[in-house]
Amino acid sequence: MKKSRRSFLKAASVTALGIGAAPVIKAVASSGSVAAPVKTQKAEALTAKRWGMVIDTNKLTDEVAENIVHACHKVHNVPDFDHEPDAEKYPNTRPVNKTQEIKWIWEEHFDHAFPDKTDEFLAEKFRHLPFLVTCNHCKNAPCVQACPTQATFKREDGIVIMDFHRCIGCRFCMAACPFGSRSFNFRDPRPFVEEVTPDFPTRTKGVVEKCNFCAERLAKGQQPACVEVSEGAITVGDLEDPASKVRELLAENYTIRRKQELGTEPSVYYIM
Amino acid sequence: MSKNAIMAGLVVFVAMALLPFWYNIGGSSAAPEPELSAKAKAAKKCVLDKFDMRANHMTLLDEWRDSVVRDSDRMYESTNGKSFQMSLSTGEESCLGCHTDKEKFCDKCHTYASVDPYCWECHTTPKEINQ
Repeated sequence: MKKSRRSFLKAASVTALGIGAAPVIKAVASSGSVAAPVKTQKAEALTAKRWGMVIDTNKLTDEVAENIVHACHKVHNVPDFDHEPDAEKYPNTRPVNKTQEIKWIWEEHFDHAFPDKTDEFLAEKFRHLPFLVTCNHCKNAPCVQACPTQATFKREDGIVIMDFHRCIGCRFCMAACPFGSRSFNFRDPRPFVEEVTPDFPTRTKGVVEKCNFCAERLAKGQQPACVEVSEGAITVGDLEDPASKVRELLAENYTIRRKQELGTEPSVYYIM
Repeated sequence: MSKNAIMAGLVVFVAMALLPFWYNIGGSSAAPEPELSAKAKAAKKCVLDKFDMRANHMTLLDEWRDSVVRDSDRMYESTNGKSFQMSLSTGEESCLGCHTDKEKFCDKCHTYASVDPYCWECHTTPKEINQ
């Protein structure tokens, strides 16, 4: 069969038109007829432009601090390597290396929490106060920049959070964090969780973990676990909202932040 | 007279090639049916319709995870009008809140199909906790 140039061009242009029209027809056909699923936050969720935390060191006693650490670690299934695993449920668990530690919030001495502010003649009371330290949810978080898989990222509301599914355990974030806020799971943590809280998953071997600002509780309209048991020592709120409780506290009191000179802009403030 | 040798070789080859099929005749069982809990039966509707769930639940879970962790959106209103909490294992409106028995629901097919998802290394089942 012989084709003239003219008939070939005709056929080709009709074909091109057909291919070009297909997506348009598809879009028209699908619009309106199929409803898309809707993803939303819960109505009662607590929100902020940038979450921040103010810790009133005057209200922190050893007992309160201990309660806070315990409450946080309990709701997030943080393992305690001092806990003897249940031999029946977890047979073949290797003996514990007591030097391992996983912590989301913990007590620290002043000179360790604020090494740049310590002094030979430091006021006596600061030498004995328990300082609670945790992830600072920095504005310029170095861990976020270090993470090669974006497992650690910054949410729009300022919370530096981890997607544990995505963590490959490279620990760059641990090297990048100047506050030591991150812990690595060198072994399966589950046998060392005394009582598993069903509202939060445990972690697996080979992932890093840290404070998540109780994102799962904020989503349900609850205050973070540490705030709830702190007897007024810890307040969280919106740092960008001048009318918020944290801004009120910051306006009224002298506060310091950890290692401010590094420029990571921590969102955790300490009332002195 | 290589005909006989060739035929013999061919017979051996065919027998070997078909061995797995013969081996499995009678021995293999039908694909297991996941057992629905009373609650799931009563609910009637899942997030997507049955066949879509069967084929695409893993994609849905993946989408849910990204939505919860990345965008902090935790509620999912499905196209069938039902609302769910986007969670595998926490709360009444989560997957396990309805499909209460993981062994009879998830594991049944996963074991049969030799699929070993690592969800449960971190996510907990209420049943397991109470053990």
